[in-house]
Amino acid sequence: MQFEFNIEGMNFTRAGEAAAKIKKALQLVGMEVETVRKALIVAYEAELNIVIHAYHGKLTAEVNSDRVEIKAEDKGPGIPDINLAMKEGYSTAPPNIREMGFGAGMGLPNIERCSDKLEITSEVNQGTQLLATIYNRTSGEK
Amino acid sequence: MQQYFHSVKLDENKCKGCTNCIKRCPTEAIRVRDGRALIIEERCIDCGECIRICPNQAKLAITDSLERLKNYKYTIALPAPSLYAQFEPKTNPEEILGALLTLGFNDIYEVAVGAEAVSMALNNYLQQDHPKPLISSACPAVVRLMQVRFPGLLKHIVSIETPMEISARLAREKAIQQYGLKDEEIGVFFITPCPAKVTAIKQPFGEKSYVNGAISMSTIYGELLHRLNSPDTRPVESLSGACGVGWGKAGGENHAIWCNSHLAVDGIHSVINVLEEIERGRLNDIDYLEAQACTGGCIGGPLVPQNLFVARVRMEKLVKKLSSQKTKPLQLPKDPDYFRLTKPILPRPTLKLSEDIDQAISMLEEVERITEDLPGLDCGSCGSPSCRALAEDIVRGHAETAFCIFKLRERLQLLAQEMVNLSLKQPPAMGRAREVEIKEGDTR
Ligand code: SF4
Ligand code: SF4
Repeated sequence: MQFEFNIEGMNFTRAGEAAAKIKKALQLVGMEVETVRKALIVAYEAELNIVIHAYHGKLTAEVNSDRVEIKAEDKGPGIPDINLAMKEGYSTAPPNIREMGFGAGMGLPNIERCSDKLEITSEVNQGTQLLATIYNRTSGEK
Repeated sequence: MQQYFHSVKLDENKCKGCTNCIKRCPTEAIRVRDGRALIIEERCIDCGECIRICPNQAKLAITDSLERLKNYKYTIALPAPSLYAQFEPKTNPEEILGALLTLGFNDIYEVAVGAEAVSMALNNYLQQDHPKPLISSACPAVVRLMQVRFPGLLKHIVSIETPMEISARLAREKAIQQYGLKDEEIGVFFITPCPAKVTAIKQPFGEKSYVNGAISMSTIYGELLHRLNSPDTRPVESLSGACGVGWGKAGGENHAIWCNSHLAVDGIHSVINVLEEIERGRLNDIDYLEAQACTGGCIGGPLVPQNLFVARVRMEKLVKKLSSQKTKPLQLPKDPDYFRLTKPILPRPTLKLSEDIDQAISMLEEVERITEDLPGLDCGSCGSPSCRALAEDIVRGHAETAFCIFKLRERLQLLAQEMVNLSLKQPPAMGRAREVEIKEGDTR
């Protein structure tokens, strides 16, 4: 089944709502504790990325018994160098956002750490698409 | 599902089914059915929020009465540090302990002393490598909240017993040593500010509890006041220092331990906000989180007699006074294993729609569909805390769409319309007969 959320750029008051709803849904479904934890972090970081960097975007969560797929598509400035953006601490967030405690350049590395598969494509001045897959493994094994 | 003991119960005769409590419950554990509040046992964390909010005093906490002291040869009272803040500043802990002793206990062991021992153990524990931030294990309502709503964070909880348990164990060991008593001859009773501690005694997080029962602070308060004024009451030496007593209020635990950065949060709904933040991978620059379900900490517990703000001022005064005094030498265990929780704290996955994941997914689809169709007013008239919760209840088979008064009205309107339509219709036989009659009449 699928959940879809529209995310507005710069709307910090609502940031995290989509991720919270996804978490609740995964708990209702009875996903493994670790799957829920990872999916929540991926969804939250992806949601925040749209809020911080894009004009607007869409977050989708596809829930299957064996995996969760989180897709984030946005209209925005895009990422010129994805490899650079994946580095911990690298951020293009302006100082005012950093002062709020966001945009510390941990978003994409966190997403990568918590997903089993990750694809990112981006076009400068157009936008970014991200697709993260988290497998629902029974607890214990990696 | 395993049966859980709960301290929080409903007085059926007092409940009016007003739905105030269902909205406030942090785990959506209450429904109103047949005009009465109903607690979903496996979700309840015994935080006591509903006791606080109920305008009709229909929610109560099951605690022990002083009668139970008779079952033991030797009884020990364990006063929570928050007890000291319930009395006027001129009443010092020595007098309060003396009054407590006259209620029929053979001895007293202050939980503040256990808190001091736990503070040392915590300092030790914090030196080692653990996931950050570490979360305090002291408030059982918070631990149970995490089992139900934040199972992913259970590994952050310090694997250390609470000051209540450590005090009980120390008190027991002392009695056994001094008087050669047998373990089962000793009855240890905690003077509790909350129902969550009662549950923690009956259903301990570790292997077993060293406490035998819990007596509500507010129940014995009147009697204590009375005894304080009695000439027979003699003061009993208090061994508590500022650091242990401080545990009775929010922030006190952090004050007693040493680490680079800590955070104290109190009030269950604020605790939820902070836990959500940690769950999203934030706040890992913090070493230690002290989280207490009650606003103000234990001095704000649902079973304390005094107003929180009054208690807070008194507590602060007492802590200040104690910190200026010389600390009394205490003999406390140093072995880290003495303080360890003997069992891991496991999740209580009570939200699942079904044991079968594929079935749960289709049930969730159904929940979404029904939610979409409900008015979204979250009015609570259906007896569920929100429209979304009603949808979940319907899918679980515990409610019907008609519980929603708006849906019911919609259906009634349709039904009424249908009745009007029906009333306009005439049976074919009769209709024609009249037509003929009229026609015939006309021609005549
Ligand atoms: S608040 Fe809850 S327990 Fe109290 S009267 Fe209303 S429905 Fe009943
Ligand atoms: S904060 Fe203290 S009084 Fe309140 S539930 Fe927790 S342990 Fe009990």
